[in-house]
Amino acid sequence: MSLDQFTTAASDYAVKVDHLFYLISVLSGLIVALITGLIVVFFALYYRGSRRPRGEVPERKTHEIEIGWTVATVFSFLFFFWWAASDQITALVPPKDALEIHVIAKQWMWRIQHPSGAREINELHVPADTDVRLVMTSQDVIHDLYVPALRLKQDVLPDRYTYLWFEPNRTGIFHFTCAEFCGTDHSVMAGRLVIASPQDYARWVSAQPQGDDLAHQGATLFRSLGCSGCHTPDSTIHAPDLHGLYGRPVQLADGRTITADEAYLRDCILLPGKNRVAGFPPLMPDFSGTVDEGQVVELIAYLKSLSTDQNDTTQGAAR
Amino acid sequence: MTDATLPFIPSLDARGESYLDEGHTVTSWLTTTDHKRIAILYALSITIFFFIGGVAIGLARLELISPTGWFLTSDEYNRLFTLHGIIMVWFFLVPSIPTTMGNFLLPMMIGAPDVAFPRLNLLSWYLYVAGAAFTVYVVISGGVDTGWTFYPPFSSSYSHSNVIPAAIGVFIVGFSSIATGVNFLATIHMLRAPGMTWLRLPLFVWSMYAVSVVMVLATPVLAMSLLLISVERFFGLPIFNPEAGGDPLLFQHLFWFYSHPAVYIMILPAMGVVSEVFAAFARRRVFGYGFMVFSLMMIAVVGFMVWGHHMFVAGQSATANLVFSFLSFIVAVPSAIKVFNWTATLYRGHIGFEAPMIYALGFLGLFTIGGLTGLFLASVPIDIATTDTYFVIAHFHTIMVGGTVSSFMAGIHYWWPKVTGKMYNEFWAQFAAITMFLGFNLTFLPQFIMGWLGMPRRYHLYPDVFQIWHILSSAGAVILAAAYLMPLFYLTWSILYGRKAPPNPWNATGLEWQTLSPPPKPNFLRPPRVDADPYEYHDFGRSEEIGGEARARPQGGPT
Repeated sequence: MSLDQFTTAASDYAVKVDHLFYLISVLSGLIVALITGLIVVFFALYYRGSRRPRGEVPERKTHEIEIGWTVATVFSFLFFFWWAASDQITALVPPKDALEIHVIAKQWMWRIQHPSGAREINELHVPADTDVRLVMTSQDVIHDLYVPALRLKQDVLPDRYTYLWFEPNRTGIFHFTCAEFCGTDHSVMAGRLVIASPQDYARWVSAQPQGDDLAHQGATLFRSLGCSGCHTPDSTIHAPDLHGLYGRPVQLADGRTITADEAYLRDCILLPGKNRVAGFPPLMPDFSGTVDEGQVVELIAYLKSLSTDQNDTTQGAAR
Repeated sequence: MTDATLPFIPSLDARGESYLDEGHTVTSWLTTTDHKRIAILYALSITIFFFIGGVAIGLARLELISPTGWFLTSDEYNRLFTLHGIIMVWFFLVPSIPTTMGNFLLPMMIGAPDVAFPRLNLLSWYLYVAGAAFTVYVVISGGVDTGWTFYPPFSSSYSHSNVIPAAIGVFIVGFSSIATGVNFLATIHMLRAPGMTWLRLPLFVWSMYAVSVVMVLATPVLAMSLLLISVERFFGLPIFNPEAGGDPLLFQHLFWFYSHPAVYIMILPAMGVVSEVFAAFARRRVFGYGFMVFSLMMIAVVGFMVWGHHMFVAGQSATANLVFSFLSFIVAVPSAIKVFNWTATLYRGHIGFEAPMIYALGFLGLFTIGGLTGLFLASVPIDIATTDTYFVIAHFHTIMVGGTVSSFMAGIHYWWPKVTGKMYNEFWAQFAAITMFLGFNLTFLPQFIMGWLGMPRRYHLYPDVFQIWHILSSAGAVILAAAYLMPLFYLTWSILYGRKAPPNPWNATGLEWQTLSPPPKPNFLRPPRVDADPYEYHDFGRSEEIGGEARARPQGGPT
């Protein structure tokens, strides 16, 4: 293993983080040099027994010095904050139309599901120069996906989705690992991030054992679990229509409005009592224990496809 | 009941007998309500735990010499670093300065015969011992592997180790902190000697005031969160367990709401100690006394509002990240001011290089490095890159271990003659102080580097590209261990064979120096009266023109 797998800055964002790091390093170095310098000078001049005269420091001057360095410190710290925050704010907005890859962590491995249906373990293939968004959850304890080359890290929580997005700007093989202590083999819960050119990525995807893509797998589940029995427009049972639901605001029975994102859909499947939709009786059964994390991912992929691609997958499910 | 009424004016027949001679039996020590003897009890207990915690991490560091490990299993390694964290945080660093020097000196510095509640003071030591007993049980029965942070759902549902006894131990020792805090607050408010106004309090007393406020307000939250973890683990009550709709992040909020202020519980007393030492060995008033007091209180207050910077990658909102980042930069300002003020205190002084001063200078260096790397971590993007890596390990060890232990040692040496009535060996003490500073930096500077390169914390096995840094760090740890062990020997030697100490060997100005060494049980033979500001090592604004000692004006003395 070479150090490049950790230290190479593999995205524009990572380069920016490095610049901020160097900036603060240089300024910190200057402050250390200033203080060390002052101390050395004071030692040289005022060691006990030196014959140096010790004149007066007027009280007014003392106050001016005190206020001077207080203000200087405040302003330089605000400057650091402004710089760091502006880096962060630009990284806050998730990219539109990003390639969405699902990450499921468990003691002590990483399971990856690509939208094409391709799966891998402890290895994450992504295309370069493409926005990639990781949707992550854990099956047991809290883990943390840490990719040093991207200068990124995000806790992966059980029963909740967290996200990471990045746009790799170079190809290569890098290291990723778990950064939140998760038990015995925490230190070997690692893997390889393979950044390939978009063409190579496409080739890699097509070389994987072919199955249905995630949305189609979800559609199959949607039928076999009996979801389609209620959630169709012509059903006799009063259940919400799920077409176009993803990304829309939903009015809840308790008066809240919530955006139907992955986390919301997940809660609806596993904890149906948590966010009940206004106008519908609480008939939705609880699927926790029935479906695993991977299947929830498939179901959500299917529900999302209902919002983007009305013609294709919908028909498969409605029947 | 002897001390129940706390005669503020010591009885006229008070003999000039040292507190050490008030009884030589074990019972006389275990039932004492004398704040000085309780300080000694605490000093012995925390020293024992410091070395237990040190052995734990010593073994772990030895193991880390090889990237594939060589004598521990992963489970054993995980238990060692957890034990190290729990013991060092709650059984050494948090009680370190307040319960030893605070107990011993706070009443003396304000001219009081004891703390406000002497029996509560003794109770706090017994609480410490009870908590410590649980921890010892944990050690003997196989340890605990959650990390000192006890994050659920790992700690509540998945760990197969002694989580509940460990949590109970910390829970109990927390009440010892609270008792000490309440006691100090009452003491500072009620028992100041005539003339000891608030702005005449030595900075050490102010630091004890600030730390007591934090202890009293923050520790209950820790108790609560550990109780909830234990209840969830033992009875299966769903609190943090996400499968039952609970929220594991709630625990992290509660935990850090205590544990960030806990960092200030460790560092504020250290600031107090070095302020005394800098003034005494530079023969100078502390530069900007008012700003120093204000900074202490600012840190104590704003320190309560920055806990979220431990959770930048935990899944809290981006807005919360920005707010906590901003507040973290703000809380760094008073710390920076203090560094400048300590430096400026040297200006136009008569600087001596006795061991306490060398330790205090070591504190200044480590505190500056630790504080500046705190700025890195307050920046959200850098924190995202470096949190949960060795960079964070190095940062918080530098500030709260390097800073606090340096300062602790500075205080031990500075007040050693007062506490024991004996002088220590100056050469060995200076040697140990320098060794400690060098050993500390050799241990932790490599950790900063490998953390930034991408080495995660709490890793038993690690990519071999980091081996060189681990070896350097382990080598530093050996030097550090030597520096920690040396004082055990030369200080013990000084108790047995040391030169007898005069009442005021450093010619310092605090009230504690205006009585015998070691002090009599009521501290002062007659109640002191204070008629001067602290640190009057020279007339305001000037020191003696020609070299040699300036004449110090004590803060007051027996009237």
